[in-house]
Amino acid sequence: MSSNAVIQLVDLHKVYHTGEVDVHAVRGVSLEIQPGQFIAIMGSSGSGKSTLMNMIGCLDRPTSGEYQLDGVNVSALDRDALAEIRNAKIGFVFQGFNLLSRTSALENVEMPMLYNHRRVHSEEQRERARQSLEIVGLAERADHHPNQLSGGQQQRVAIARALVNRPSLLLADEPTGNLDTQTSIEIMGVFQKLSDQGITIVMVTHELDIARYTKRMIVLRDGKIVTNEPVRDRLNAEQELVKLRQAQAAVKLA
Amino acid sequence: MATPLAHARGSVGFQPVRIIASIRIALRALRRNKMRSLLTMLGIIIGVGAVIGSVSLTSGATKEVEDQVASLGESILIVFSGNYTSGGVRGGWGSAVTLTADDARAISRLPDVVAVSPEVRDREQVFANGLNWNTEVMGEGPDYPQIRNWQVASGSMFGDAEVRSLAKVAVVGQTVVDELFPNEDPVGQTIRIRNLPFKIVGVLVPKGFNLFGSDQDDIVLVPYTSHMHRITTRNFVNDIQVEAENNQVIDKVQNEITDLLLTRHRSPEQDFTVRNQLELMQIVTASSRAMGFLLAGVAAVSLAVGGIGIMNIMLVSVTERTREIGIRMAVGARAADILIQFLIEAVTLSVIGGAIGIVAGITFSLIVAYVKHMPDVTPIVWIVIAVVTSGFIGVVSGFYPAWKASKLDPIDALRYE
Repeated sequence: MSSNAVIQLVDLHKVYHTGEVDVHAVRGVSLEIQPGQFIAIMGSSGSGKSTLMNMIGCLDRPTSGEYQLDGVNVSALDRDALAEIRNAKIGFVFQGFNLLSRTSALENVEMPMLYNHRRVHSEEQRERARQSLEIVGLAERADHHPNQLSGGQQQRVAIARALVNRPSLLLADEPTGNLDTQTSIEIMGVFQKLSDQGITIVMVTHELDIARYTKRMIVLRDGKIVTNEPVRDRLNAEQELVKLRQAQAAVKLA
Repeated sequence: MATPLAHARGSVGFQPVRIIASIRIALRALRRNKMRSLLTMLGIIIGVGAVIGSVSLTSGATKEVEDQVASLGESILIVFSGNYTSGGVRGGWGSAVTLTADDARAISRLPDVVAVSPEVRDREQVFANGLNWNTEVMGEGPDYPQIRNWQVASGSMFGDAEVRSLAKVAVVGQTVVDELFPNEDPVGQTIRIRNLPFKIVGVLVPKGFNLFGSDQDDIVLVPYTSHMHRITTRNFVNDIQVEAENNQVIDKVQNEITDLLLTRHRSPEQDFTVRNQLELMQIVTASSRAMGFLLAGVAAVSLAVGGIGIMNIMLVSVTERTREIGIRMAVGARAADILIQFLIEAVTLSVIGGAIGIVAGITFSLIVAYVKHMPDVTPIVWIVIAVVTSGFIGVVSGFYPAWKASKLDPIDALRYE
């Protein structure tokens, strides 16, 4: 294991024992993800992509195989240790944003720091949360509650929350699933910018359009990787936004 | 962004539960739902308020009784003359004419006895200043004010010389002064009892009404010898008042007096009885204490109901916030963190409720005490008990919901709709 890969999966298996039938959700996935990589995991429902995602996110443990995250073998850790790994090394972005209601954007972003191994002083917490919101361009909305923010803005808050502990890995599960086309492109723009800054991003999606903003695409079928290739004709979010606006303007003119 | 590796740790070790962070999270959660938090606390507020209020009032009443008994003297024994049987007819308490002044003198020689006063009582019409008044004329010894813990306000008590010489002197209570000597200093004046002039040598400090509602100041004290030989003619006393060294030796002194009098009287059955104030006090305070326990029992039930209310709301809250629990777990909260968070929420609810209840209970008892003119005792011990109990209720009622929350699987919790 001399490589400095952020994620290294070796023959990962996951079997669910549900009643009489064993469900073999992931059947031998081996994968290496280098720092700064931006990967889309695709696949139809039942392909095992959610299960793989949960294991990469340290929310679930593989039945067999080995998972090295940032040099730590996490496949053998217990619940509490996994919680700590998630806190320190992984930032989550969900389809449904999953912000705490009636809680300001800033407090939402501060939340992961409450669970840090080393106690972060509350002033430092606020400062880091503010920096995080600045990265996603929402610093001026820090005091707004989620219900005062649009879907795109809520997702940006969620991204800020994922970034606040400076994770090794940003894990996004259908981050654009609840957003319209334009907002989706804006969010992909945020991801592309983060990726350019060297943050490793793994994103699960079933939309090919969205996957084209990433650098590499993995397709799962029946718990196995069937495609693992760089994205050709990669889209640039900024250019796409410009195109979209022109198209909208054209519609209005007509 | 900084490089991830620099921030990440190589190994994962033990870490203490983040209590302060958990308290902050819990307080935030409670603030988000103010109305519900208040309603949840109501059960504890009422329970603790009821405990503190009822205990303050009953301990106030108990203290009132104890003060009165203490004013009678705590280490006092009274020897009553007993039953007199004549031809098979039993006369009941006080019918025997067996106690004498000599008995009193014999008792005064016992160890541990510090004061003795033989007592002779009679209601008499007394005259002074052209006014008259029917009052209790008591023949007593010089020790009487000491035994009854009763000071002489002006003048002085008569002494042994007056007792020996059957002197015509008297010490009067405030009621008698009010009735016979309005706006006058009675000391040095003369009061007539059965047409005999008695010189007033002292006035007793007002003592007020006793437990049974009679006016203790409506009294004239004369030497018991004068009473027995001049006012009435008799050679027995109604009772003998005895003060023991302290209330620890009361039982011993009681036994000694019984033995002494049995020997002196050589009577076939015990013709006297010895009572002490401690017994009286115990009887009176026992009833108010029983009342207190009854009220505390009712209050305990309402506290239990309040606890169930908290548990109920916490269970609803855990279900409602399943997703929140999932998010927290995803960003690194351990099971223990979630457990502590919900436990602290429950404890915070019950302790704040308890604090409000204490204030409400004290306020309530002060108002009642003021309206009813009763003494009010704020029971510090019960306040401590109330705080500890409400914290305990919080832990007990919050534990199951918190444990349920901590056992959630983060994946399921995140998917929960």
